[in-house]
Amino acid sequence: MSTLAFILRRLLSAIPTLALIVALSFLLTRLAPGGPFDEEQPLPPEIRANLEAAYGLDQPALVQFGRYVTGLIRGDFGPSFKFRDFTVSELIADGMLVSLTVGLAALVLALAIGVPAGVGAALARGRFGDRLVMALAVFGISVPVFVIAPLLALVFGIWLHWLPVAGWMPGRPADLVLPVVTLALPVIAYLARLTRGSLLEILRTPWIRAARARGLSQRVVLIRHALPAAMLPVVSYLGPAAAAVLAGSLVVETLFALPGMGRHLVQGALNRDYTLVMGMVIVYAALMIALNLLADLIYAWLDPRIRRERRL
Amino acid sequence: MGGLWRDAMRELATDRLAIASLGLLLVLGIAALAGPWLLDYREDEIDWAHMAAPPFAADGHWLGTDRLGRDLLVRTLHGLRVSLAIALAATLVSLAIGVGWGALAGFLRGRTDALMMRFVDVLYSLPQVFFVIILTVVFGRGPSTLLIAIGAFGWLTMARIVRGQALALREREFVEAAIVGGAGTIRIVGRHIVPNLLGPVIVYATLTVPQVILVESFLSFLGIGIQEPLASLGNLIADGAAEMETASWILAVPAGCLVLVVFCFNFLGDGLRGALDPRDR
Repeated sequence: MSTLAFILRRLLSAIPTLALIVALSFLLTRLAPGGPFDEEQPLPPEIRANLEAAYGLDQPALVQFGRYVTGLIRGDFGPSFKFRDFTVSELIADGMLVSLTVGLAALVLALAIGVPAGVGAALARGRFGDRLVMALAVFGISVPVFVIAPLLALVFGIWLHWLPVAGWMPGRPADLVLPVVTLALPVIAYLARLTRGSLLEILRTPWIRAARARGLSQRVVLIRHALPAAMLPVVSYLGPAAAAVLAGSLVVETLFALPGMGRHLVQGALNRDYTLVMGMVIVYAALMIALNLLADLIYAWLDPRIRRERRL
Repeated sequence: MGGLWRDAMRELATDRLAIASLGLLLVLGIAALAGPWLLDYREDEIDWAHMAAPPFAADGHWLGTDRLGRDLLVRTLHGLRVSLAIALAATLVSLAIGVGWGALAGFLRGRTDALMMRFVDVLYSLPQVFFVIILTVVFGRGPSTLLIAIGAFGWLTMARIVRGQALALREREFVEAAIVGGAGTIRIVGRHIVPNLLGPVIVYATLTVPQVILVESFLSFLGIGIQEPLASLGNLIADGAAEMETASWILAVPAGCLVLVVFCFNFLGDGLRGALDPRDR
C-alpha cells in the first residue's frame, strides 16, 4: 500500500467519527427543554415566531439537520443565537489563530522538555536526578491546570512582576508565556514518565544488547537504536496530549483573558448559545481527529514493521 | 474473606504511603461530613465584621474568610462534601454500568460481545469533556446534570477492563461447572463472574474517584458546573483565583484541599493495585 493510500484511508475512517459527533451534538441540543429564545421576560408570540422563522427553527427537525449539515460542508456553522451580529464561523475564525498558537506552542514545549527529561531520568536510573524528575512528574500529573494556572499567575505575575497576568496584544509574546507554560506542564510530566518507562524497557531488549556487543558506542546505541523505538509510545500519546491541551485551553483562555476559541465556548455554554457550542465542539473534535491522524502517520513512519508493510 | 483478600490486606498494610493516604482521606471525609456542624459558622453565613480576613486573624475563622465574609474552612469543607458526593455517586454509576456491561459482553462472547464493545469504542472516540459541556448546556447546570454527564462516559474504561477479565474467567472450570449445572446467564454473571473480578474493579474505582473530582472541579471552575451559593472545590478555586492579588489564601485553601484529596486517592489506588494485582508484585 502506498503512503498516499494509507493517508487517504485514515482520512476516510475519520469521517464516520466526525459524522457521529455532528449528529449527536445536533440531537442533544434539540433534546433541550426550552428553546434559545426563552428568556426571563417571555417574548411576544409574534416576535418569537418571526425569530424562529428567521433562524429556521420552525422547520421539522430533520430539515433543520439537513440544512445544518449542508451548511457545515460549506464551512457555515450557522448564526450565533446570543451574539446576534456574528455567525459561529466568524467567532471560530476569530479565536482559531490564538488557540492554535497557544496549543501548538504548548505541545512543542512539552515535547522539547518532557522527552529529554525522561531520557535523562532513564539514563540516571535510581539516582538523584531520576528521583527528582519522577517526583516532579507525579506532582505535574496530579495538580490540575485550573490550580497551576492561578498559581503561576500569582507567583510570576503578581508577586515577581516578571510576566503579564492577563490579556493579549498581537505581537507581544510575553502574554503567551504563562498560558503556554501552564498548558505544557501536565504534558511535560506525563511525557517524562512515559519516555523514561519506554526507554528503560527498550534498553533491556536483546537487540540493544546485540548492538552493544557489536561494539557500538553508548551514544550510537542510544540515538540510532534505542531512541527511535522508545519514541513509539510517546507518539501514540500525542493524541491524548492534544485532547488534554484543548481541554486545558478552556481554563487558560478564560483565566488569562485570551480571545481564543475556548473562551467563546465557555461563554457560549454560559449563555446556552446552542449553535455556538455545537460549532465549537465540532471544530475541537475535528482538531483532535486531525492530531490523532498525524500521530498515526508519525507512528507508521517510525515503526519499521509498519513501514516495511506499507512502504511508507 | 478468602486467603487472597487476607494476603491483599497484609500487602496493603506494608505500603505506608497508601495507608497514610487512606487515613487522611477518612479524616477529610469525616471532616467534610461533620465539620460544618461542629464549627461556629454556616457556609452561607456572612460575618460583616470580618471580610477577607486572613487565616487565624479573626476570632473563630481558622482559615480566614472570603470576600463576602464567609468562613473559608466551613466553605471548603462544604465544597469538599459536594465534590466527594458527586465523585462517589458518579463512580458508583460508572461502576454499575461498566461492570454489568463488561461482564455480560465478556461472558456472552461472539457477535453480542463485538456489538457491545463497538458501542464502547464509539463513545470512546468522542471528545468527552466537550460532550459533558454540551450536556450541561442542554440540561442546565447543577449537580444532577454533572452526575449524568460524567457517569455517561465514566463507565467505558471499566467496561473494557471487566470484559477482558470476564473473557478469561469464562474459560475457568468453575464457570463450566456452573453452566453444566444448569445455571442461567444472569446467575452465572452475577454469582460467579462478578465476584471474581472485584480486585481490578476496586483498584480502578479508586482511581476513578479523583478523575471525577477533577472533571467536576474543572467544569465548576469554568462556571458550568456547581453554581453559587452551593460550593464545590472547583468554584471555590475560581473565587480564589479572582481574589488572589489581595487575598491569596482564598485560592490556597480550596486548591490545597483539592490537590491533597487527588494525591491521596491516587496513592491509595496505586497501593491497592500493588496489593490486589499479583502480576505487579
